[in-house]
Amino acid sequence: MGNVIGIGAAPKRKEDQRFLTGRGNYVADIKRPGMTAGVFVRSPHGHAVIRGINKSAALAAPGVVAVLTGDDVAADKLGSLPCGWGITDAKGVPMKEPPYPMLAQGKVRFVGDIVAFVVAETPEQASAAAELLTVDYEVLPSVVGVLDAVGPGAPQLFDDVPNNICCDWELGDKAAVETAFKKAAHVAKLSLVNNRLIGNPMEPRAAIAEYEPGTDRYTLWTTSQFPHVVRFLMGALVLNIPQHKLRVVAPDVGGGFGVKQFHYGEEAVITWAAKRVRRPIKWVASRSEGYVSDRHGRDHVTEAELALDETGKFLAFRVKTLANMGGYLSTFGPNIPTNLYGPLLGGVYTTPAIYCNVKVVFTNTVPVDAYRGAGRPEATFVLERIVDVAAAEMGIDRVEIRRRNMIPKEAYPYQTPVLVQYDSGDPVGCLDGALVAADVKNFGARKAASASRGKFRGLGYSTYVEACGLAPSRFAGRLGARGGLYESATVRVHPTGQVTVLIGTHNHGQGHETTFAQIVSDRLGVAFENVDIVFGDTDRVQFGMGTYGSRSLVVGGAALSKAADKVIVKGKKIAAHLLEAAEVDIQFEAGKFSVAGTDRTKTFEEIAGAAYVPHDYPLEVLEPGLEEQAYYDPVNFTYPGGCHIAEVEVDPETGTVTLVNYTAVDDVGTVINPMIVEGQLHGGIVQGVGQALYENAVYDEGSGQLLSGSLMDYCMPRADHLPMMTVATHSTLCTHTPMGVKGCGEVGTIGSPAAVINAVVDALSHLGVTHVDMPATPNRIWRLLQNASLPVAAE
Amino acid sequence: MQISFTLNGRPTTVEAEPATLVADLLREQLNLTGTHIGCDTSQCGACVVHLDGLPVKSCTLLAPALDGATLLTIEGLQGAPGSNLMHPMQEAFREHHGLQCGFCTPGMLMTAIALATEKPDLTEADVRHGLEGNICRCTGYQNIVVSVMAGAAAMNAAKGG
Repeated sequence: MGNVIGIGAAPKRKEDQRFLTGRGNYVADIKRPGMTAGVFVRSPHGHAVIRGINKSAALAAPGVVAVLTGDDVAADKLGSLPCGWGITDAKGVPMKEPPYPMLAQGKVRFVGDIVAFVVAETPEQASAAAELLTVDYEVLPSVVGVLDAVGPGAPQLFDDVPNNICCDWELGDKAAVETAFKKAAHVAKLSLVNNRLIGNPMEPRAAIAEYEPGTDRYTLWTTSQFPHVVRFLMGALVLNIPQHKLRVVAPDVGGGFGVKQFHYGEEAVITWAAKRVRRPIKWVASRSEGYVSDRHGRDHVTEAELALDETGKFLAFRVKTLANMGGYLSTFGPNIPTNLYGPLLGGVYTTPAIYCNVKVVFTNTVPVDAYRGAGRPEATFVLERIVDVAAAEMGIDRVEIRRRNMIPKEAYPYQTPVLVQYDSGDPVGCLDGALVAADVKNFGARKAASASRGKFRGLGYSTYVEACGLAPSRFAGRLGARGGLYESATVRVHPTGQVTVLIGTHNHGQGHETTFAQIVSDRLGVAFENVDIVFGDTDRVQFGMGTYGSRSLVVGGAALSKAADKVIVKGKKIAAHLLEAAEVDIQFEAGKFSVAGTDRTKTFEEIAGAAYVPHDYPLEVLEPGLEEQAYYDPVNFTYPGGCHIAEVEVDPETGTVTLVNYTAVDDVGTVINPMIVEGQLHGGIVQGVGQALYENAVYDEGSGQLLSGSLMDYCMPRADHLPMMTVATHSTLCTHTPMGVKGCGEVGTIGSPAAVINAVVDALSHLGVTHVDMPATPNRIWRLLQNASLPVAAE
Repeated sequence: MQISFTLNGRPTTVEAEPATLVADLLREQLNLTGTHIGCDTSQCGACVVHLDGLPVKSCTLLAPALDGATLLTIEGLQGAPGSNLMHPMQEAFREHHGLQCGFCTPGMLMTAIALATEKPDLTEADVRHGLEGNICRCTGYQNIVVSVMAGAAAMNAAKGG
């Protein structure tokens, strides 16, 4: 007999046993009989015309099974890789959407663009043959930065996309903003760059494809956050494989962070090739290959202006951003810097007028798409940075100016001027909690202590709100989504009362196998160990949109909760029959069905048994079995929020910034498993710290070469970069999700970059520094200090 | 060439090309897929194993180096003799939520056990410094550090008892 472990408890994770003992089942661990190896040949140039490809030497190499190029794709009349969002400009004109062939046709547009696929008996033979492929390139000038790409004379990626502008998007009341700026007592201005990032989940992408001639069925094992979406996009739109003939499996996946929530060309190529060669094919990316093919994140250049009255109240906010899309549109690409950015520019403030213009721009770089936070960290960074700039210019305390503009708790639900309506929140409560937790009142003493050691200490605040739990389908549809964004769950009660859940989200580190089991244990009174969660296989799970945008608990958990409720409803009918009572008199509590006011009860196990052995059962009106399914489409996003406080120490001799304290107080709604939520916050915060202090994807201007193309060149946060963080929750309940949950997967990454950079600027403010672009590397800070107006010396 | 070594306590002989990397030998030939490959520049540490008791990155070690040596991989970790328990470090990672996606975990555990073996009275700074060669993208390292400290304490306690 096990225990019910419900909502709010922190059981150890169900999934840990296999990971701790080396028995995880990642794609690269899988072997299939007769398996061959595939290697992708990628463009070494940022921009070039393909004049011809000579396959003969590669085909003649030992062990080679096939060599496929764009011509083969064209001959088979396959589709191009689809974009899941179609945005429009201010006049309603659709974005420019040039085709994205799965193997390049005619032209390559970034270093890493796939030119050919070589299949051989072993990986070594495939790599050796790939070296023998002769591609005749006519190299063209590359453009990698957004400012250059829209400028006069810039190389043009596509013939029918003038100035490389995919879409000139806008949001908000431009005229109202202009009027407000005319009345402003003060206008703060800020130009900034949101640095380009590479997600780097620790498991590199991989895929295995297999075709069974006997059944005409395909199976694709892939490192994906959303196997059902891959089945739909690839089967229906690229390869013309009927959905019932295609199985997509995403087994254990070693981290995603957005990088694995797109349909990649590699998946389509390997699946198509598996049928051609009639053998299973396996491809495992190297880390270096991932750098030039995993979708990148962020990469904005922004000019922002904040209008304030004489008391520091925000009157209007105006933001102009150039957002890099890379060489093609990826699955969610154009949605990220528009719909997930503009609507968040209100933050936790009452700013009455907001206008945002985003030019979405093609460049000769890896396609840019969602990376943890996706649009919302960028919005938070712009807003929280300019609030600090305004506070400094007007001589108002940074906490005070935030407090004066925060939406009071009583004002929720709160309609912003940029589409979204926040259902719940308490920004002031989060701020107050963080001020105490971060021991702000003794910061002065700590700063003095740092100064006595020759170091500059700074404190930085960031408040934020984000929209997650993607997403209400109807709302998303109006914004350009080409699919639904609901989630589905099946609760399968076995004859013995144990439960298998089939759910359309995907667990790649978030602890769903534990959290979702807690929900079932709580709802049905079933022992925690008697619940298993199944995900990641389109042949087992009915349907699903997968895991991204902090949606799994919010949307998937809600579907699960609904399905569990249906089980109870049916269980009550069965119990009413067995207990010879009216259905309305049956109560269900703690795993027991009982007749109200009596001691007549049936256990959950007895009801499950009766459902599968229906000898004494109302078969005339009720089907046997106990399995229920639910789809849940949310009515709104959820809006987690919070306040983060970073404390840094800058060494003026070397320019090194050390994060010395970090405090976060987040409103994530109901917490199902506090241990898992804390883990999500830690990880999220550190990814944001990485953006602020270490990480930067850098391209060479002329050649389009990625200079930060390995873990030796792209600095990831390491254990000794970080202090122990203090994280806490200050929750208000979401008013429209079944359990009051919000999302917690991305909040850390959304709140932390601004907090850290605001702390760095604070540390250097006595030298006249008003802004530091990310990442605040020793090199950047040291140069800033050399150019600062005051001598470099501690106070 | 023929290579003979002790693998997780068992005498093992394999036939391998001299240029075979130990990580590939383990994963492809010996089907021990708990040792992971997360990079190609010896930076990430997902492939750490113990060679004659010392932690090494198996992606940077050639198979002939195993000849006559003793190799311990994640699959060979175990708790107290005769028990069904996991190694105290594995238990500590579970207890303190020291893993999320699990991909870096085998390398983290092997490095952590080596750290705790080398220096029984580990400080937080020792652990953070000692984990420099192991990258985790999920946890922000906080719970890994807590786990390693707890696991080291448990290893000490087991030794004392």
